[in-house]
Parts: sequence; structure tokens; C-alpha cells
Amino acid sequence: MSESVIDAVDVVKFLGHGAGRVQALKGVNLSLRGGELVLLMGPSGSGKTTLLSILGCLMTPTSGVVRVRGRPIADLDPEALAMIRRNHIGFIFQSYHLFPTLTAEDNVRLALDVRGERSQREAARDVLGMVGLAHKTKAFPRELSGGEQQRVAIARAIVGKASAILADEPTGALDAQNGQAVMTLLAGIARDQSRGVLVVTHDPRILPFASRIVHIEDGRIVGEKTGSEAKKVSTS
Amino acid sequence: MMPLKFRLAYRNLFHDRIRFIATIVGIIFSIVLVTVQMGLYVGFRRMVTTMIDHSPADLWIMPAGTKCFEDPSLLDGRQRFRALAVDGVAEAAPLVIGYAQWRLPGGTTTPVFIVGSELQGFGLRPWSLVKGRVDDLSIPGAVAIDQSYFERLGVNATGANAEIRDQKVEVTAVTKGIRSFTTTPYVFAGVDRARSYTGISPNKASYFLVRVSPGSDIGNVRRQLRESLPDVEILTAAEFRNRSRNFWLFGTGAGAALFAGALLGFIVGTVIVVQTLYSSTKDHLSEFATLRAIGSSGAYIYLVIIWQALLSAILGFCGAASISSIVVKMTADSALPVVITPAMMFALFLLTGVMCIASAIVAIVQVMRIDPTTVLAR
Repeated sequence: MSESVIDAVDVVKFLGHGAGRVQALKGVNLSLRGGELVLLMGPSGSGKTTLLSILGCLMTPTSGVVRVRGRPIADLDPEALAMIRRNHIGFIFQSYHLFPTLTAEDNVRLALDVRGERSQREAARDVLGMVGLAHKTKAFPRELSGGEQQRVAIARAIVGKASAILADEPTGALDAQNGQAVMTLLAGIARDQSRGVLVVTHDPRILPFASRIVHIEDGRIVGEKTGSEAKKVSTS
Repeated sequence: MMPLKFRLAYRNLFHDRIRFIATIVGIIFSIVLVTVQMGLYVGFRRMVTTMIDHSPADLWIMPAGTKCFEDPSLLDGRQRFRALAVDGVAEAAPLVIGYAQWRLPGGTTTPVFIVGSELQGFGLRPWSLVKGRVDDLSIPGAVAIDQSYFERLGVNATGANAEIRDQKVEVTAVTKGIRSFTTTPYVFAGVDRARSYTGISPNKASYFLVRVSPGSDIGNVRRQLRESLPDVEILTAAEFRNRSRNFWLFGTGAGAALFAGALLGFIVGTVIVVQTLYSSTKDHLSEFATLRAIGSSGAYIYLVIIWQALLSAILGFCGAASISSIVVKMTADSALPVVITPAMMFALFLLTGVMCIASAIVAIVQVMRIDPTTVLAR
């Protein structure tokens, strides 16, 4: 296993104000290392999305420490957080969030364009080939199936060589076959490219792809299993 | 190859065709409105000083308190001789103006504005002649009118007759483009005839047009004239031009009305563009949130929005410029033509840009409030 990509130490997060203020995370410790695929599971309202947002530098913790490639993110302004995201983190969303007016290739290029990188076209075609969409580079999202759209989103997440890929319910909108295909891709990315992949999910069908499964409830990590332990549980 | 952010901007813009057409029509409407109002203002500025602009006078001697060229107060003939006695005054030609009634052979009458000047030597004579010569006005009863007033004056060619103040007149010369913003036709005649058409005594005049001798200083000559003629006003052509403009544009409220129309056009246009860009941005808010989530800087997103606004500005301006040039051609021979100068066109282009950028700023304020975590909730 490679070095740690993201570390969360004793992370606390309050959301809302006044009477509506709630503690979403109550001292979470979690590490994501290169080469592993971690599933973050838990019931609705358990704090999964809040934790993903903090690990992905979309928000900062109220207290505790989060480091991305060793760099603490506390007290960073939104522009500095955006810079960390574009250099180190790739996102995959349940609803894909592709740009409907751009082709698959341009959607992938966007991730490089926001980084100011040149030679985007070739790199975009390469990763689209890697996810099995070499023949769909000029297709618009409306011309692609759900599974294909999610694969474009994966290509967009990995094209910038991000060391961490954070996926929010990536199989939530897909059928079993497409869900398996997407998870096979993500597992391959973790294994072959030594990237850390964290997947927030409710979907028990994807347990076999996990290196590690972390359970969160009521803002706390309540359990952790290795992939082989999880496989035993799911087969029994 | 077009940068991706620009491609995203124009695709966002063109994606919703109906909204895009509404935006462009809104910009065109407001810019045409501003252009026409400003063009009328410039046209009006020119029209009110057309006689002063075509006069060869270095200095104008006029009754005290004269507000504009059309002000019908009178000077005494003796003042002319006192002016001529001043060192540096080469000429002091009388100019007579005034309203009169033009009676058609059928008996109907219409008001005209008489402009009478010396026909030989120094004076304000008709220009842009398309028929006849200035010398033809030397014939007793001869007048010059503009061809655009033929129908009003019941004339269809030179040689036509009418009556002014019970005196027979004959059209011996025709001009093109000498129109009055008051819509009362100008009628040019010799100074003596003009006096009799307007009922002015032979020793009176409305103005004395002064030509300063070569080598004399205009300021010095004017100072001496003021000393010699303390009861009248002596203005340079530029000063008289400004006074006339100020009177017609601001003294009568016409300028304020034109300015108000232009301002209204600008405000309406800006509101339309703001509303359209704002709602377009709002429609694409989840995309901007995605951009933010994948690490785009604020500047990148602002560039997309500003480029969208500039594209709208360029397309809207091109449409507005085409329509405005048609309006200019259509009004060229009217009583109040819309005049558009290259500098004005450039200023309007900048105005369009400012309007669209202002709209973009409103959209950007909206985008600045995006929480990138919203992309995880959907």
C-alpha cells in the first residue's frame, strides 16, 4: 500500500446556525491511501456526504485536522481549496454532472482546462479510451446511456492525475451491469494507478470491490472491515 | 482552436435559442433606442446652428439678449456705420430674418422664415443650390427655397410664383437639404426684399455680419466694437453657435427630453440584459457549481460569464448598428435627421459593452454564492 493521500484526524463539523445548528461529524479519524478503494457506508444522515465534502476540500472542518498530500486545509480560503481540488482530487457524482452543451471529449478536457493545461485533446481521448469510450468522444451527454455518462465522469476525474478520487454514490443511478462496470473501472484505477479511491455508497453489491469498508453512524466511525472480511460476510 | 472556456460560454448562450433571441432583441432594442435619441440630439444640435455654420462672419453683432439665430430683435442701421468705423472691421453686412406668410396662387397661406442678405460680396447666401444661381436672386421678387418644401409651398420648379406680404415672388433658385428644425421653410432673398417681406424698416437689420481685416486680431476688434457699440452684443461664431444650441437644447427642454429618452433606453436595455443573463446563469448554476467542485478558480467562471456577456454585446450591437444605419438613411431628408458620427458609433459600442458587463457582474454575484457541495446533494 502507498502513502497516505488524505488524512482526517478528530474531525468535527457543525452545520447550520442558531436553533438549526447540528453536529454532523463528532470526531472522525480516517486515512485514504494510494492504491486502496475504500467504501464509506452508513444510513442517511449519518454524515457520509459531510465527511466526503471535507475530505474533498469542498468545506473545511469546524475542528480537527485534514491533510491532503500532507498539507493541512484548515483556514484556507475558497480559492486555495479550489486549487487543492484541481491538483489532487477528482470527483465522481451520482448524477454525473456533465455539461450538456459539451461533447464527452470536451467534458473531460474541462478538468485539464481549469488547471491551465495544454495538449488536452490527446489526454482526454486517452482516458476516454481507458474507460471504453474511444468511439464516443464526439457524443453529447444526451446521446450517452447512464453507464456511459458515468464513465465520462470517471474519465474527467482521472484525467488530471488526481491522487484521490472521491465518488458520491457512483452506482446509485445505474443498473447492476453498469454499476459493476463502473466499480471494476474504479477498482482498476486504485490498483493500477496507485490512487486512493473513496466511494460513498448504500449499494451492497459493490462490497467485493472494496479494499476497506468504513461504517459511519451519527457522525462517528463505528466500524471498519477489510475487503476480505467484507467478502466473507457478503458470501455467508 | 477556440479555448474551452469560450466554447462553453457560447454553447451556454446558444443552447436555449429562444432565450438567446430574447437577449439579442433586448440589446438591439435598447441600443437602437439610445442611438436614435442620441442621433436626434446630434441632428438637432446641427440643425439649430445651420445658418451660423454657413455664415462667413468672424463676429456677429446682435441686439442685446438675443437667445438664438431665430430671435427677431432688430439693430439700427447707424450701428453698422459705427462698426465699420472700428479699426480691423473689413465688412459689416446686414442680415435680415423674420417670419412672413407665403400665399399660394390658390389663396392659401403658410408661414415661412425669411433670410435676407447682401447678394454681392459678404453675406449669408443660400448654399447647396441644385437649380439657379445666387445671382438670380438679384431679379426683383426673386427668392430661393429648398426642394423639400415644394409641396408645402405649392411649387414644383423654378419660375413658380407666389405672394409674400402682397408682393409677388418668383422662385429662381432651389437648394437641397436646407431644412428648418421648426418645420417653417426658409426663404432666401436679397436684404432689401427681405425687409419688405417682413415689414422691417429699411434702416434696420437683425444682425450685422462682421468680417475682420486680414492680420487683425478678432479679440481686439471685438473689444473695440464693444466700446463703440455698448448697447449690443458682439459674439464670435462659436459663441453664437453655443448660445443657440444651449437655448434650443436646454432652454426649451428639447435636449433634456432627448437625453431622458436615451437614458431610458440604456436603463431598459440594461435591465433586459441583466434579467436574461441572470436567469441564464441561474439555469446553469449547477454546471458552475460542478466547475467549482472540480477545482475551477473563480476567475475561470467569471471569464465564462463575461465572455457570454461580450458575445451578446457584439451580436446585439451589430444588429443595432444595422437598424440604426437604416434609420439614418430614412431620416436624412426629414426636418430632424438622425445623425450618427463614427465617434458616436464607437461610444455606443462601448456603451453596449458596459451594459453587458454590468449584467455579467450581477450574474457573477449570483455565482459567487454557489456552494460547491450542492453537487453532492443531487
